[in-house]
Amino acid sequence: MIIETKELRKSFRGRKTTVEAVRGVDLVVEEGEIFGFLGPNGAGKTTTLRMLATLLEPDGGEATVADADLRRSPGEVRRRIGYVAQGGCTWDEVSAREELVYQARLYGVDKAEARRRAEHAIKAFQLDAFADRPCKTYSGGQRRRVDIALGVIHQPRVVFLDEPTTGLDPQSRAHMWDEVRRLRDEGMTVFITTHYLDEADALCDRIAIMDHGQLVAEGTSAELKREIAGDVVTVGLNGATPGAAALLQGESYVNRLETIDNGLRLYVDAGATAIPQILRSLDGAGLALGSIELHRPSLDDVFLAKTGRSLRDSGEGA
Amino acid sequence: MKLVRDTWMVFTRQMTLVLRNPVWLIVGLMQPLYFLLLFGPLLKGALRMSAEDAYRFFVPGLLVQLAMFGTLFVGFGLIAELRAGVIERMRVTPVSRLALLLGRSLRDVVTLLVQAALLTVLALPFGLSVRAGDLFLAFALLALIALMLSAVSYALALKLRSEDALAPLMNAVSMPILLLSGILLPLSGWLKTVGEWNPFTYAVNASRALFAGDPGNANVWKALVIVSVLAVAAAAWAARSFARSVR
Repeated sequence: MIIETKELRKSFRGRKTTVEAVRGVDLVVEEGEIFGFLGPNGAGKTTTLRMLATLLEPDGGEATVADADLRRSPGEVRRRIGYVAQGGCTWDEVSAREELVYQARLYGVDKAEARRRAEHAIKAFQLDAFADRPCKTYSGGQRRRVDIALGVIHQPRVVFLDEPTTGLDPQSRAHMWDEVRRLRDEGMTVFITTHYLDEADALCDRIAIMDHGQLVAEGTSAELKREIAGDVVTVGLNGATPGAAALLQGESYVNRLETIDNGLRLYVDAGATAIPQILRSLDGAGLALGSIELHRPSLDDVFLAKTGRSLRDSGEGA
Repeated sequence: MKLVRDTWMVFTRQMTLVLRNPVWLIVGLMQPLYFLLLFGPLLKGALRMSAEDAYRFFVPGLLVQLAMFGTLFVGFGLIAELRAGVIERMRVTPVSRLALLLGRSLRDVVTLLVQAALLTVLALPFGLSVRAGDLFLAFALLALIALMLSAVSYALALKLRSEDALAPLMNAVSMPILLLSGILLPLSGWLKTVGEWNPFTYAVNASRALFAGDPGNANVWKALVIVSVLAVAAAAWAARSFARSVR
C-alpha cells in the first residue's frame, strides 16, 4: 500500500463553534491505482487531502504516505508526492514553461535538467500550442492541464488531485480523464476527490465514500454497488402487474419489489441469475411479459443506502 | 546551503517579475518625487534655511520615507499570490519556507535601493551632495528598514489575508510613525518627546547626519543598532508566521 491512515482527525476552531471536518478516517490506498474520494461538498474530502499533502497538520491519528511518516517527516512526504489544488496554482504573468522550469527547480534540480523536464511535460500534456504565452490567456481546460503538469513535474509516486474536473466542459473533462489514466498507466498512484458520481464510477479503480467527516464505504465501484443494492430488474407488464406482483413477492431471490408505471421494479442479488427465474415464473403463470431490463445500481444508490440521502440532492451532486 | 540556493531562486523569480513590469518601480518613486518637487520648495521659507541646506535636511528624510512606504505595502503582492494558489503550490514542494520569505524580502530591498539611488540622483540638482562612504552607510540603513518593514508586511498579510483589512491597518500604523519621525518638519515640543521613542526618528537623524558628512554622529550607530535589532526581530516574527501558516 502507498497510503495508510489511522484515525486521522482535524477540527477547525471558529470563534463560537468548532467544526469537526475529519472525524477519524482509516484509509488504505494501493500503489498504482486511481483512488477516488466521493462525497458532497463539505464532507471533509479536501481537508483529508490537504492533511495527506502536508498542508494541514492533523489533530490526531497517524498516516504513512509513500513510505514516509506524515507527522514525523513531512519533508520526505513532500519529495514523494504531488498535489494539485482545486483553485489553480499558476501566476498570470508568466508562461506555463516558466512555471514548469521554476517548479522543477523547487525540487532541487539544476537549470538544464529543469528545462529538460519542462520540455518533457509540455510534450506529455500537449501544452505546445500555448506553453510560451502568459497563463492569464489560457482556457479553463488548458489551465487545469498546466496545474497537473506542475504537480507531477518531479515524477512523484502519488499525486493528489482535488476536484480535477470541476468547472470543465465535457470535452476538457474527457481529456482530463485520459491524462489521469495515463499517469496511472505510467505507474503513478492517483488520489482524486470528486463529487461527480459518473467520474468516480468511470475513472476510479477504487472509491471511498465520505460524508460528514467519516468514511461510509470503500471498495471498487462494482463491489460497492453489489454490497449495497444487488441489481435492479425492471419488468414491463401489459396490465398484468397486480398478478405478477403477488407471484414474485413470494420468490426467495427477490429482496424488494416496487410497483412502477406499467410494471415492477425488482431488487435482486444478481440480475444475471434472477432474469431466467423471473421469466420462468411469469411464463409458468401465463402472464404476458412486455419487456425486461437489468440495471446496475448507481453509486447514488450506494450513497443513499449508506447516508439516507441522495448525493444528487445534497447540494452539488451531479 | 539549501536556504541560500532556495532564497536565490525565489529572489531571481521575483526579480524577473519586477523587471517584466518596471513601470511599477517608477510609480513607487512618484510619492517621494511629489514631495521633492511640490513640498520641498516650501521648506526654504518655513525653516529659514538656504535652498541647499533645506534639501540636505529634507532629502535624507525623504529616503527613509521611501523605504517605509515602498516596503510596507508589499504584503498586498503576497495576498495576491496566496489567492492565486501559487504559495500553496510551493508549500507542497521541499523548498525552504524561510527562503519563500527571504527571497521576497530581498527583492523588496533591492527594488528599494534602486529607487533610492534614482531619488538621490534626481535630488542632486537641488544641491544635495554626499560622500561615497556616507552614502553606503545611509543605503545600508535604508536596506535594513526595507527588510524590517517588508517582513512586517508579509507577517500581517499572512494573518489578515485580505487587502481590505491590510490597507487601513498599514495606514493607521504608518502615518503616526511618519509624522513622529521628523521627516517632513523638525519635531518640537511634546511631539519631540514622543518622537524620541520612535525608532524611525533615529533613522531619519542618522540619514541626515550621513548626508551632512558626519558619520561619527551618535545617531548613526544608534540607528544602525536599533534598526538591525528590529529587522532581525521582524524577520523572525514573519518567518515564524510563515512556518506556521506555511507549514
